[in-house]
Amino acid sequence: MRLSYPSSTKIIRVPCTGKVDILHILRAFEKGADGVYAVGCMEGDCHFNSGNFRARKRVEQAKKLLDTVGVGGERVQMFNLSSAEGPRFAEYAREMDQRIRELGPNPIKLAMKKAA
Amino acid sequence: MIVADRKPIEEIIQQVEAHRNVLILGCNECVTVCEAGGKKEVGILASALRMYFINNGKDMRIDEITLERQCDHEYLEEIRDRIDRYDAVVSLACGVGVQFMAEKYLSKPVYPGVNTCFLGVTEKRGLWTERCQACGQCILANTAGICPISRCAKRILNGPCGGSTKGKCEVNKDLDCAWQLIVDRLKSLGRMDDYEKLFSIKDWSTDRAGGPRKVVREDVQI
Repeated sequence: MRLSYPSSTKIIRVPCTGKVDILHILRAFEKGADGVYAVGCMEGDCHFNSGNFRARKRVEQAKKLLDTVGVGGERVQMFNLSSAEGPRFAEYAREMDQRIRELGPNPIKLAMKKAA
Repeated sequence: MIVADRKPIEEIIQQVEAHRNVLILGCNECVTVCEAGGKKEVGILASALRMYFINNGKDMRIDEITLERQCDHEYLEEIRDRIDRYDAVVSLACGVGVQFMAEKYLSKPVYPGVNTCFLGVTEKRGLWTERCQACGQCILANTAGICPISRCAKRILNGPCGGSTKGKCEVNKDLDCAWQLIVDRLKSLGRMDDYEKLFSIKDWSTDRAGGPRKVVREDVQI
């Protein structure tokens, strides 16, 4: 399809979104990521039955925690699509890229630069 | 197992913000099973605290260690060579571990990272319920394996009381009446004769009424 999506998106492949842990999300922010989103299969279509539901719950937990520590829960998001929906994948990437650009850089990254 | 629940992160932030080098100390036993204070929860709390303090311009060092147990000398000794690097410890063990840590490292402030709740079971993931109050005089042999001390709101020995309706307790309509459960199980075991036996007054001196308790086993002492 040769679809383009923002080059700011770095893809980390996992066997299933059920593998994504809250710790992975938090570490990404600690290391300076401006936003994190998980893209899972359509709800009800998980090959492992509940992987994408687990991911959604973990994303929700991460949102709450990031709000508490002042990073902002809106920087993390869960999306669902089927593996045949390339255009939608690109659309989600653009949506997230735009949202993060509006929010600005990760405050942790800025604070670390200031401290250095 | 001992069931604990996570403390709000805001409370932990308040406890540690006066310090500079903080150790988050997890426990691999009960609190790992109830997902409150194991290695993963240590990682989450430490990561959240690091982000909070960096974000607030505070130079804090927050390290993570998870011990096999915090209720035994030999495991707590594993951090003796490192403990001086820290000004304070947040222990994610149950209240037992927090206290043993405090007893062992007298000069180190120790803060609890979890609320210790009860002795219970994992009914399913994310649902833990109470089963034992450690009263020190187990009567389960006579109550069909169901404990009226921990599961009856009144802790009565000859139940049910008048508040039992359709198998539920008057305290909470979602709470099973322990004595209804006992009667049902005695029936299915064909042991309703046991129900006719009255319990005499329980000796509560082995419960908390007798003050802090101890078990002394000279046969295993060296």
